[in-house]
Amino acid sequence: MIYKLTYKLFSERSVLIEWPAIIDENILNDVILFKEKIRNNKIKEIVELKHAYNSLLVICGDDCFVFGTFKKKLQKLYTQKGPHVELRLKKWEIPVCYDDVFGIDLGEMALEKNMSKKSIIELHSKTVYTVYFIGFLPGFMYLGGLNRKLHTPRKSTPRSRIVKGAVAIGGKQTGVYPNESPGGWNIIGNSPIEFFNPKNAIPCFANAGDKIIFKSVSIKEYKDIKMLIDAGVYQLESEVIDG
Amino acid sequence: MVKVLKPGLYTSIQDLGRYGYQNYGVPYSGVMDVYSASMANVLLGNEVHAAVIEMTMTGATLEFNCDTSICISGADMAPKLNKTPIKLNKQTSIKKGDIISFGKLLYGFRAYLAVFGGFKNEKAMGSYSMYQGVTEQSVLFKNDDLLINASLKPLEKKHAAIKIRNTHFNTKKIEVFKGPEFHKLSKAQQSSLFSQDFTISKENSRMAYQLTGSLKNSLKPIITSPVLPGTVQLTPSGKLIILMRDCQTTGGYPRILQLKESAINILAQKFTGDMIRFSL
Repeated sequence: MIYKLTYKLFSERSVLIEWPAIIDENILNDVILFKEKIRNNKIKEIVELKHAYNSLLVICGDDCFVFGTFKKKLQKLYTQKGPHVELRLKKWEIPVCYDDVFGIDLGEMALEKNMSKKSIIELHSKTVYTVYFIGFLPGFMYLGGLNRKLHTPRKSTPRSRIVKGAVAIGGKQTGVYPNESPGGWNIIGNSPIEFFNPKNAIPCFANAGDKIIFKSVSIKEYKDIKMLIDAGVYQLESEVIDG
Repeated sequence: MVKVLKPGLYTSIQDLGRYGYQNYGVPYSGVMDVYSASMANVLLGNEVHAAVIEMTMTGATLEFNCDTSICISGADMAPKLNKTPIKLNKQTSIKKGDIISFGKLLYGFRAYLAVFGGFKNEKAMGSYSMYQGVTEQSVLFKNDDLLINASLKPLEKKHAAIKIRNTHFNTKKIEVFKGPEFHKLSKAQQSSLFSQDFTISKENSRMAYQLTGSLKNSLKPIITSPVLPGTVQLTPSGKLIILMRDCQTTGGYPRILQLKESAINILAQKFTGDMIRFSL
């Protein structure tokens, strides 16, 4: 808790807290720790907390909000030495099938980058990615850590339909489409995993701060996993890492 | 139970929205015009968060299979009970077999039909609000059966029709706060936001309202950050986009203004071609 933060009023009942405008894991950790600290303090005005790369939005209920006082309360909390916050972060292994059936843009990417499809797949699946936050669409993880060699501009004309589970690269980012949606990213594979299930009390398995690694699987393995998921008996591989 | 005989253009079940799931990328959803929907509920003696039917531009035709009371608020779509006109913002008693239908849109854009006790179809993540990917259905279809929370008996008819605020439908004034990136605009850009009328383009939905015309823009995209319903984004090409109730949870365009809650409700009653003017 060492950064110089700014506090801005955002709507009648929210305060936007901002860290320096860079994408950085240390900043992410500070954002998550402050968020947990606020949550653990059970401040009665607060109804929701949400964060992104370098910002945290504190949303309050109606009619109980004086910006100046509230800001001071948050500032004090940030600098105050509190009890240690344990995050229990996890590392998840996500099966992805990079076969041409799914990786419809792999060929074009390989040509443009003068790389083989195999080396694109290897680079993509050997990196450990960090989940910065979930946003944009329900269950869409913003992942950090994509290898520079794989940075690829978004398609000039977005597709009107990208299938559920599509693993894609857009600019400096990579991610998985949790549901069918329009989109302009380059599709390199597909994961059979459910990234968002509205019927679960906690609809997404991963949390901000968690790590993700993609594991390349064959079409046959993909189909087997899919079958287990549909039957509700698939167990995603994960291990606890230090927060 | 209520049967949907005709769904209308874009009709859905909504309550005050889905809170506490923004961290999973789940939009708030909920009624676009909280003022009008709350009016309908309150006049029936419901809780304000009871689920209502939201109709857009054209009304639905509904057949009631039970005795109950309803109240319609918001846009005037010339509602009728068995072909006889009924008043807005007033409790109407319904007998089993009655049919509610709507005619021509007279003012506003979104109408709300509240039923005594509230609707109770699929609840997901603490809310009845329909949203694609979260609830099974995102709009109502012909022959859908709508369930009613019928554990309570309808109230005695006691309220007169309430006079609503006319300005809610005819003002073009949209009250705003400065957004987080407002200060990055030049003085000229800042003042041009408040000295001209903007027109609502045909790109308007529960997710966002895009305005026609554009503002000279030299701002770069920002690092993806939280947005809210009512956030006014400035795109690289200078288009203004006002996010609405179904908006995404985060965005990468500069957030130059933020609508007051009451202004979101006012905007929800406007549509293609309507003019608005921002006011600080």
